Amino acid sequence: MIGIIDYGVGNLFSLKSSFEAIGEEVFVSGDKEELKKASGLILPGVGAFADAIAKLRETALDEFVKEQAEKGTPLMGICLGMQLLFEKSFEYGEHEGLALLKGQVVPMLDSIPKELKIPHIGWNALHKTGAVSPLLKDVNEGDCVYFVHSYYAQDCDDSLIATTEYGKELTAAVAKGNVMGCQFHPEKSGAVGMKILRAFSEICK
Amino acid sequence: MITKRIIPCLDVRNGRVVKGVNFEGLSDVSSPVELGKYYSDNGADELVFYDITASAEGRELFTDILCEVARTIFIPLTVGGGINTLEDFDRVLKCGADKVSVNSGAIRNPELITQAAQKYGDQCVVISADVKRVDGVFRVFAKGGRENTGMEAVSWIKSCVDRGAGEVVLNSIDTDGVKGGFDLEMLRAVSEAVNVPVIASGGAGCIDDFVELFHTLPKVDAGLAASIFHFGEVEIPHLKKVLKENNINVRL
Repeated sequence: MIGIIDYGVGNLFSLKSSFEAIGEEVFVSGDKEELKKASGLILPGVGAFADAIAKLRETALDEFVKEQAEKGTPLMGICLGMQLLFEKSFEYGEHEGLALLKGQVVPMLDSIPKELKIPHIGWNALHKTGAVSPLLKDVNEGDCVYFVHSYYAQDCDDSLIATTEYGKELTAAVAKGNVMGCQFHPEKSGAVGMKILRAFSEICK
Repeated sequence: MITKRIIPCLDVRNGRVVKGVNFEGLSDVSSPVELGKYYSDNGADELVFYDITASAEGRELFTDILCEVARTIFIPLTVGGGINTLEDFDRVLKCGADKVSVNSGAIRNPELITQAAQKYGDQCVVISADVKRVDGVFRVFAKGGRENTGMEAVSWIKSCVDRGAGEVVLNSIDTDGVKGGFDLEMLRAVSEAVNVPVIASGGAGCIDDFVELFHTLPKVDAGLAASIFHFGEVEIPHLKKVLKENNINVRL
């Protein structure tokens, strides 16, 4: 069973429902003993990076997530949850992340053309790049997914598996071994999102 | 590049989807859950659920239905109607809404936008405005279009965006229900004044109205409609195919 990590950030209702809709059993928990039994972990997240990492630390879930990832448990970060996987973020200051992946999270402001609106919100196309990942095996070039973000990950090196174009190529999905992440919301991305969640479920088996 | 969005709007009263023409003469259309699922499976990029219930019982029923809808659809969901407090935001967000649209609640208390944007983020707060020309001036109307607030619309909407509203739904009362096309003049005035997504509402009668909207006003991000979708006059997959043929970027 896949465990969705509940650390008090955001609403996990849609995420849970979307796994249920593809016939996957999931549970939502903040309890390490419970989460240890999971075949795979989802790290969700909305809001500010600093708040989210602080909440993970308060409950020592940061160390737990790192341990599980290092043990080989499949881990997928979604939206801010993906950003937390990187070394650091420059959202309102400078904050250390989980450092499971190389790279940092930086503001879109001043790095994309002025006329583009921030946050980057809406449906945008995925462009597969870099290594072939089982996470995106059923995704076609140009498939659209739903984004809501104002910061993006850069210098992800070999973990980059998909980008999206918004004034420049922004990191859309990453994967390195068992550690994966989507900047977009698969649980809000209709049929394409479901394919990604299904692929993650298969990886967990 | 980001795609233009097509958004069906479901007005819900006492647990059923209704659609008014010029906000009056409501008629039952279908079940919100069934209609929501249908749209989610058939090309809608987002859904708007608007609660036009007046009673507390009706509101409770709406909240229950909303949870049911959110369990069934996997595209973004915006909820509006009767949003007056942060507790109202909380209530619908807990049911699975992604964005919350405020209208009369923000007119009564603009601080609601500021507080909600701080608490839930700008991307979560949508300002919805019902606007009508009065002696050649765009005026904001409250209470479902019945009451002229006297406020000038562009400056009102701009002030809401300054407070943190992350998106604007502009509903033209002048074109609503007429099916003669979107209110391009009004939409131009608003989309040039703000730098957040603007959703056009009111007046769509056929596919060409959407083509005209996105061609004339590239700064408008989405088109919203209700009855033409509910009654099958315009089918979204076909609409999007035509938009694509007209070089308008949409999600197919």
